[in-house]
Amino acid sequence: MDRDPPMGSSGLGRRLRDATALQVSTLVVTLLGLFVVSTGMGYIQIPPAAVLKIIWGEISGSPAPFAGINEIFPVVVMDVRLPRILTAALVGGGLAMCGVVFQGILLNPLADPYTLGVSAGAAFGAALAILMNMAALGLFSVPLFAFLGAAATLGAVIYLSAGSGGLSSNNLILSGIIVAAILSAGISFLKYVADEQVAVIIFWLMGSFASKTWGDVGLTGACVAAGASVFWYFARELNLMSLGNQMASSLGVDTRRVTLILLAAASVVAAVCVSVAGIIGFVGLLVPHIMRLLSGPDNRRLVPLSFLAGALLLLGADTLTRAVLPVEIPIGVLTALIGGPFFCYVFRRQSAGRAW
Amino acid sequence: MSFELQEVRFSFNGKKVVDGVSIALAPGKFYGVIGPNGCGKTTMVDLLCRFRSPQHGRILYGGKTLGLYSKRHLAREIALVPQNFYINFPFRVRDVVMMGRYPYIPRFGRPSARDADLVAAVMESTDVAGMSERLVTELSGGERQRVVFARALAQDTPMLILDEATSNLDIGHAMQLLDLAARRVSRESGTVLAVFQDINQAAAYCDHLIFMSRGRIAAHGDTREVLTPAAIREVFAVDARVYHDDFSHALHVVYRR
Repeated sequence: MDRDPPMGSSGLGRRLRDATALQVSTLVVTLLGLFVVSTGMGYIQIPPAAVLKIIWGEISGSPAPFAGINEIFPVVVMDVRLPRILTAALVGGGLAMCGVVFQGILLNPLADPYTLGVSAGAAFGAALAILMNMAALGLFSVPLFAFLGAAATLGAVIYLSAGSGGLSSNNLILSGIIVAAILSAGISFLKYVADEQVAVIIFWLMGSFASKTWGDVGLTGACVAAGASVFWYFARELNLMSLGNQMASSLGVDTRRVTLILLAAASVVAAVCVSVAGIIGFVGLLVPHIMRLLSGPDNRRLVPLSFLAGALLLLGADTLTRAVLPVEIPIGVLTALIGGPFFCYVFRRQSAGRAW
Repeated sequence: MSFELQEVRFSFNGKKVVDGVSIALAPGKFYGVIGPNGCGKTTMVDLLCRFRSPQHGRILYGGKTLGLYSKRHLAREIALVPQNFYINFPFRVRDVVMMGRYPYIPRFGRPSARDADLVAAVMESTDVAGMSERLVTELSGGERQRVVFARALAQDTPMLILDEATSNLDIGHAMQLLDLAARRVSRESGTVLAVFQDINQAAAYCDHLIFMSRGRIAAHGDTREVLTPAAIREVFAVDARVYHDDFSHALHVVYRR
């Protein structure tokens, strides 16, 4: 097993793997660089060297690195900027990774984490919590309701599509559209009866990373990490399932079980992302699409690459709205404004000429 | 290993699609299934490769109930070339053929030298080696079917199930692939079960024919014995003449409109 296949394609196979290694390392380095640069940017400018010193000081626990640094800097870095930056990166990576999985299961390169109505469910839950002014569970009540809404939606979608013919992609997509349509009518109704609360609901729906805490980082990080391991474990099955359920089954995949596990894992990750950050579109659609252009459709490469690229993209967008633009635009609006036209461009180029 | 079906039944929404099928399939034979559209051929195939489970009756493989095998084990025993195949993602041809080796490769492992050799040999023999680097999404229907056939051969199983696997192919490629399947039967005493639309193609390749009609087996047996005008009349309601053709060394069927 440890020697390379001596076949004619082995040179190319190796080049491809090397290219993947190169792509992964490029993305990792860029992401780390962006972490540092982005942390320095904002109303209070902090030089990158100081950022690194502060982070090192926090990790090592020794006071030496803080010498000669403005004493407000560590507070800004550790309590304000890093939690927001890490949450943005994790949500971006999580959504992109979920996009890969949803596209794979639904056999549709245009699916995204929201295709099955997860976002509509989360939005309904959040709107309900805001409307009822629920503070029973403290700061977490809106995210909690968003999560419950998303989970209930997924349950309903699976229940609807599990009839005859099993969990086929057509059944899932159709059920998702129906449930999402009902829920968005529900959201409209909640907005209608909300009176002055309507602004809060709308603002939440547009998404934001403002005032994220280390608690958010921990929650998102844990769910995204758990999701990533599930996706990575089943990446090969996902490859086979892109040949259709019957063929995947004849190649040894328990398609129903794998579909359920992946759907559940991807929906939990998507629901957590939405509940932490609101509805952020296009990352889960655009990133897997572009990474598939660059690196091919093998999910074993696509999952990690999309995670990194998604993290990079959303962190970049959040930095743009937080520190570069004169006014902070809601992140969900920004990603749709940039991502939409870009997606049109990619899609048009693809349908016009060479496929990938 | 042998297949044994005992009184197998399967219905969709109350409609009996497979209605009491009993038959034994022995190793070293090429079986052909023929019958009109909607007679339950494809459902039979789904049952044999355990994509569906029988609602009544039993399917034994090597004396053991099919449902008791692990999926992965079964994938090393039975390979399928489906009727329709569509793929939305731009895998390369060699990647798709290599997927036939997945049941042998550990989850996080790389293909071994043997896997690579086998894939290369199969791609050569199915005439897809020339499009090894092409994207499967850009192939024509017939080319795609050859790739899927190659993938099933790469699975290297004792049992091969073909569900109208040559329906989109030109006669040259169809015969090339059926010859490969027949070689599995004669040299490695494998079993092939193939669903055919073209009765003449079935007659040329199959040792044993199974006529299906309305979910049941109407007749089955040695090709020379069961391929008769009476059987064709019963199953397809068509007037036919069956004769031995000296050029093809096989039975030949002609029809009257």
